[in-house]
Amino acid sequence: MTDLDTFRKEARSWLEANCPPEMRQPVKGDDDVCWGGRNWVFSSPAQKQWLDVMAAKGWTVPDWPVAYGGGGLSPEQTKALRQEMAKLNCRSPLNSFGIWMLGPALLKFGTEEQKLHYLPQIARGEIRWCQGYSEPGSGSDLVSLQTFGEDKGDHWVVNGQKIWTSYADKADWIFCLVRTNKEDKYQGISFLLFDMTTPGVTTKPILLISGASPFCETFFDNVAVPKHQIVGELNRGWDVAKYLLGHEREMISGMGGDGGMASLGSFYADVLNDNPVLRAEMAMFEVENLAFRAHSERFMDEWKTGRAHPAYSNLMKYVGTELNKKRHEIVMAAGGSDALEWESARTNGGARPRAWLRTKANSIEGGTSEVMLNVVSKRILEMPGA
Amino acid sequence: MGLYHTEDQAMLKDSVAPFLAENGSIKQLRSLRDSNDATGFARDLWSQFAEMGLNGILIPEAEGGLGLGHVEAGIVLEEIGRNLTASPFLSTAVAAVEALKSASADMRAQWFPKIAGGEAVIGLALEEGKKHNPAATALKAERSGNGFKLTGAKTFVVHGHVADLLLVSARTAGAAGEEAGITLFAVPRDAAGLTAEADRLVDSSMSARITLDGVQVDADAVIGEVDAGWAPLTALLNAGRLGASAELVGVGTGAMDMTFDYLKQRKQFGKVIGEFQALQHRAAHLYGEMEGARSIVLKAQQMLDDGDPRGEMFVSAAKAKAAKSTNLAVREGVQMHGGMGMTDAYDIGLYMKRDRALNEVFGDLYFHADKLAKMNGY
Ligand SMILES: Cc1cc2nc3c(=O)[nH]c(=O)nc-3n(C[C@H](O)[C@H](O)[C@H](O)COP(=O)(O)OP(=O)(O)OC[C@H]3O[C@@H](n4cnc5c(N)ncnc54)[C@H](O)[C@@H]3O)c2cc1C
Repeated sequence: MTDLDTFRKEARSWLEANCPPEMRQPVKGDDDVCWGGRNWVFSSPAQKQWLDVMAAKGWTVPDWPVAYGGGGLSPEQTKALRQEMAKLNCRSPLNSFGIWMLGPALLKFGTEEQKLHYLPQIARGEIRWCQGYSEPGSGSDLVSLQTFGEDKGDHWVVNGQKIWTSYADKADWIFCLVRTNKEDKYQGISFLLFDMTTPGVTTKPILLISGASPFCETFFDNVAVPKHQIVGELNRGWDVAKYLLGHEREMISGMGGDGGMASLGSFYADVLNDNPVLRAEMAMFEVENLAFRAHSERFMDEWKTGRAHPAYSNLMKYVGTELNKKRHEIVMAAGGSDALEWESARTNGGARPRAWLRTKANSIEGGTSEVMLNVVSKRILEMPGA
Repeated sequence: MGLYHTEDQAMLKDSVAPFLAENGSIKQLRSLRDSNDATGFARDLWSQFAEMGLNGILIPEAEGGLGLGHVEAGIVLEEIGRNLTASPFLSTAVAAVEALKSASADMRAQWFPKIAGGEAVIGLALEEGKKHNPAATALKAERSGNGFKLTGAKTFVVHGHVADLLLVSARTAGAAGEEAGITLFAVPRDAAGLTAEADRLVDSSMSARITLDGVQVDADAVIGEVDAGWAPLTALLNAGRLGASAELVGVGTGAMDMTFDYLKQRKQFGKVIGEFQALQHRAAHLYGEMEGARSIVLKAQQMLDDGDPRGEMFVSAAKAKAAKSTNLAVREGVQMHGGMGMTDAYDIGLYMKRDRALNEVFGDLYFHADKLAKMNGY
């Protein structure tokens, strides 16, 4: 048996012994997803137990170094662990912008002190983070952002407004792009971290077409941020921001795989057999879905071993999010008039149409599909022009 | 195992790619076509393939081959696709070899060395209608003497007119449309009563319509079991479909690269056309489609090599996706070349023609999407 086989076997029996049965049921609603943080209310004792045992093992972030709260696993072991978790239907113990976005940026750009301070908090789900990038006038053209940090010696005083800040009203801390030099567009942005309870920070939820309001307008009114809370160098925050976006896009691209390799069409056999053109659409979708699953597996294998093009996550985000939108279009069509019900208990409060509407954001958040195509054509295909 | 090529596989690619670019190029395809060559491929190249050991790539080491797998065969096929090489490699060294693995020791001992040595070409006589449908086999095989007598007709037998041996699916029981009751036979092309009518196809390859008029074969011409030919046929089809998918990826990537080069050179409105966002987005989208095809093809290759029970399903997904993506690549390729794309002098049109033929062989996008749906219960 190879070392990897041994690891896989041990991981499997550990998961079997430690993952509570409730945490192996499919996720039904938002409450079933654990985001952690100071104000998190666990939906069940099992949810808390699962987070605690996984965090203690370092497996909320299996491939981070042990010193920072991770499991110290190799890419191959991490993949094997994920596969075993999937086989046992283990839920993710912790969803977190800290894990997906800030963590990787800190690992690359943070000081040793920052890593030792922030990363274990993320790994244990103690601090919930939000992302302060977009502003009302700066979306796709993010680098034009205006939120300004004035130098006051040992701290900055930040003023300005962010928008579309996901979960800003629930987050404990924010990683935020702040202009610290008005003369230089690209080299005038700094990457700051601060507590959302700092005086001068306010949030105002925005209602989405899905009826939920998971994101906010975020206002900064003379917010004092100590100088040691900068990641990377002064005015070089754009490098950190872009690196983080690569990880964000990698994470979002994974959504295309909602439901994994399982056949979507098999759930709707009756409807499909009565509707041959819809059946054909579904069959084409299944082809794309399996192709995407393989594509995403290949990307992860190449990404984690340094083989992938550094801009490749932009391609995956484009492909994955467009596919996920397609999936939900087909699900709505297969659901027919049942899938129109918005509030009934029978439909779990209109879960299906709400999820369908939510997916429309996939190709906007984290950079739009059009922007992804711009980046792919320029950075990977090396097409000419600005 | 990661979903990328191992070092050995990357080395194979590094040796096959320049070899085919040099010896099996589009120039060679053009010269075969323009000289109205009756064989349909270059015999010299077929011998060179053998010298490099490539023809035995799937033949077990103990039987004189390299004993490698579908990933490796796919590496060769991708380069064949990229260069539009005219070659019996897919039918003979890939699909036929996988079927012959179910043959008797005698038959294997007779044909494996010839295949590996580049001395034999094998034709696949499976289709009876214009759309791929292996279960629809109606060609009759009746018990006669010490063996069987075969009567019926086959179409789309690539290289069938020059093949040394034909693998013929025939019905020994049941009705057309049923998987059970099919038997797979190895029939020498020079057997009495067998005629081959060759025609050039759109992609300049040569294919034959075959008629069997009471062709007598011995009982030992059966590959696998009587009435249970579906098993070796499935092995043949998995290998053939996946091999065609790998070749498609080569065709699509070749067309795409050529097109991207053009976008970086051609100037209009005082700009290189690759500066136009409308074209950049289509280029990036196409790249994503080809990358998806490449990924599912590799995944299915690894699955077949591992004996994964989901292999057949992934082969269908791979063929469908490769067909879809490559078709987009050649259509975008012609369009983005403008008038140049319509000229015979320019190679992009040749990619379009090969794509059409490869899309059709062993089942097209629609066949495989439908098969995937059926395998998933709808
Ligand atoms: C659900 C959701 C959650 C989000 N969460 C966060 C968050 O937590 N933190 C955060 O900072 N931001 C977040 N965002 C914001 C998101 O990153 C922006 O919405 C996104 O970058 C697009 O910016 P915009 O909305 O200003 O659109 P615009 O940039 O105004 O784009 C409008 C349209 O123009 C197109 N377009 C723009 N520029 C070009 C170009 N150069 N070429 C071609 N087409 C172009 C776009 O593709 C789009 O179709 C979230 C958004 C959503 C929908």
